[in-house]
Amino acid sequence: MPSELLRALPDPASFTCPVPVPAHDRIVMGHGSGGRLSANLLRDVFLPRFSNPVLDRMDDQAVFAIGGSQVAFTTDSFVVQPLFFPGGDIGSLAVHGTVNDLAMSGAVPLYLSAAFIAEEGLPIGQLHRIAESMAEAAEAAGVLIVTGDTKVVERGKGDGLFINTTGIGIVPAGLRLSASEVRTGDLVILSGCIGDHGIAIMASRAGLEFETTIQSDSAPLHGLVAEMLAASRRIRCMRDPTRGGLSSSLNEIAAMSGVAIEIVEGRIPVRDEVRGACELLGLDPLYVANEGKLIAVVAPDAADEVLAAMRSHPLGRDAAVIGHALGGEPGLVTMKTAFGSTRIVELLPGDQLPRIC
Amino acid sequence: MKYVDEYRDPGIASALAGKVALMATRPWVLMEVCGGQTHTLMRYGIGDLLPQDIELVHGPGCPVCVTPLEMIDQAILIAGLPDVIFTSYGDMLRVPGSRRDLFQARAEGADVRIVYSPMDAVKIARENPSQRVVFFGVGFETTAPANAMAVWQAAREGLPNFSMLVSHVLVPPAMRLILESPANRVQGFIAPGHVCAIMGFREYEDLAREFQVPIVVGGFEPVDLLEAISMLVAQLEEGRAEVENQYSRSVNYFGNVPAQAVMRDVFQVSDRKWRGIGEIGDSGLRLRDEYSAYDAERVFRLAPLHVEEPRECISALVLQGRRKPVDCEAFGKRCTPLTPLGAPMVSAEGACAAWYQYKRHA
Repeated sequence: MPSELLRALPDPASFTCPVPVPAHDRIVMGHGSGGRLSANLLRDVFLPRFSNPVLDRMDDQAVFAIGGSQVAFTTDSFVVQPLFFPGGDIGSLAVHGTVNDLAMSGAVPLYLSAAFIAEEGLPIGQLHRIAESMAEAAEAAGVLIVTGDTKVVERGKGDGLFINTTGIGIVPAGLRLSASEVRTGDLVILSGCIGDHGIAIMASRAGLEFETTIQSDSAPLHGLVAEMLAASRRIRCMRDPTRGGLSSSLNEIAAMSGVAIEIVEGRIPVRDEVRGACELLGLDPLYVANEGKLIAVVAPDAADEVLAAMRSHPLGRDAAVIGHALGGEPGLVTMKTAFGSTRIVELLPGDQLPRIC
Repeated sequence: MKYVDEYRDPGIASALAGKVALMATRPWVLMEVCGGQTHTLMRYGIGDLLPQDIELVHGPGCPVCVTPLEMIDQAILIAGLPDVIFTSYGDMLRVPGSRRDLFQARAEGADVRIVYSPMDAVKIARENPSQRVVFFGVGFETTAPANAMAVWQAAREGLPNFSMLVSHVLVPPAMRLILESPANRVQGFIAPGHVCAIMGFREYEDLAREFQVPIVVGGFEPVDLLEAISMLVAQLEEGRAEVENQYSRSVNYFGNVPAQAVMRDVFQVSDRKWRGIGEIGDSGLRLRDEYSAYDAERVFRLAPLHVEEPRECISALVLQGRRKPVDCEAFGKRCTPLTPLGAPMVSAEGACAAWYQYKRHA
């Protein structure tokens, strides 16, 4: 302990403990951010109670055998505000989100459920538009919405509309993609520019009045995934970096596989408009949500084939190798900056918050 | 991106770092005053580019960090009242008071809203006449003019339901405190560019003269900071102690005069407590008596609180550049951004949080 401090200390017997209470006894917004607080909630509340071999793999979807088939199964809830945003709406997002979670296991998505929790007062016209948009997205993705549910809550008890979708698909025989499969030397490929969705949403929210042409990247990724798998089966894992952004997905993979991951700043594609908005708001694009991008970790000798396949698909045109797995501290993600220095890419404690100045 | 990329050019940066290495004949300790500058230094690893003899220490210029615990507790008290809409910039919501933060207050039912400008809070007051709307007026000279303008506007409209909880602090008194300390190690300052964009840099000349210390007004990009460092080292090596302006694309000698005028109209200089440091005379702003109807402390008749800082925290020493975050035994163990013991671990721009985020293993 520094001597200056030691002198300032009164009699230890009079010590109190005014340390801020770290434990949250109520849910705060940060618990839904996909960052450290979300991870803590899983660790403390759900995993100890639900633990089983399928869940404990902690992938974006569960994969298990039924009969002779490997079934992929996943669920996701959508609480986006505003309901309609540049590049999409809550309906198309709810289809794409679940299709993508299935696709990240390599599965061919087949069937979705859709559950709606509508707030009293929601214009039925909006629900028509959203259902129409879901139908179009499902058709484009080749999935059928085969079951559903509708509930209504009192005005003030919801935020217009919440949607939950659950999906199942079939994983090709012999394929096993998992965040725990990554090995030292593997390469990390990103399918395109990051941050579009998060910034498009933020820009269209009330109170933040800046003009931008940024559109959400919301899109179904299973077509791209099929092309990639046709090019090589030596893909270890895939993730779509949604809430929590690229940093959360990389941290999850590094933690699950027990490797370190290093990415290179200059290789991560970010649109100028997104960079500009991030500058203005004091945000880091690494933590901003995407809804139509994926990262794939691939064996080194497969990278060229996979990359070529991605670049020939419209959703992977800007694909690039952004880093690699290495044998450093397990779970640690670092980034080589344009200046040649290295910095840690941490999981955020909660949501990114626009800065004071 | 224009006006940004050229200031992040690795070639220019390494040329400037090389220039510093050529000039420096002995060790120098430099302080960047502003948390935004600390963040850039850590994020780009500027310290690694410089010769080992140049030591950068981090200053007290993070408004979120230096807002006293008492003020956060008061904010939470006000926010919890049934007829109150409490508005704030986003990053104040996660700052823990003595027991809770504003996010937790919101989870417990308080109406706490993030706004991007104090004028948005005035608008909310206009639209909700039956609610009392309070804005958390925090920050250095940078945010003071907009906050002053919000109060001025509310007064002009005679809005009866708007008030501001003011916790404004000023940069020069904090620099003076650091320089007056017998344990001071800082030999040159990078003054905060955004603050100087408002205030100009006339007021730094007294400090430079009185303490014979060079001060360079610096920007926030890596090339800005390296250029400011190179200007400081040149002055130190030549034995000069002047105020110079690296950030001339945003800052001039007199600053933003109309902004200063509205600040002077609405605020007056007052004593302020700084979290982690303590009371500093004439180091902040409060609303003038003419605007007392808009002063949340008076509107809500707040009784003074006194809250102790966690004793293990060495933030007072960190904020004065006398210790590095990693010198603290609690750093990264009992003290992390999720469980901050002290001010500099709270905001992303706090020195401890910046070290934790980018260089935990250094």
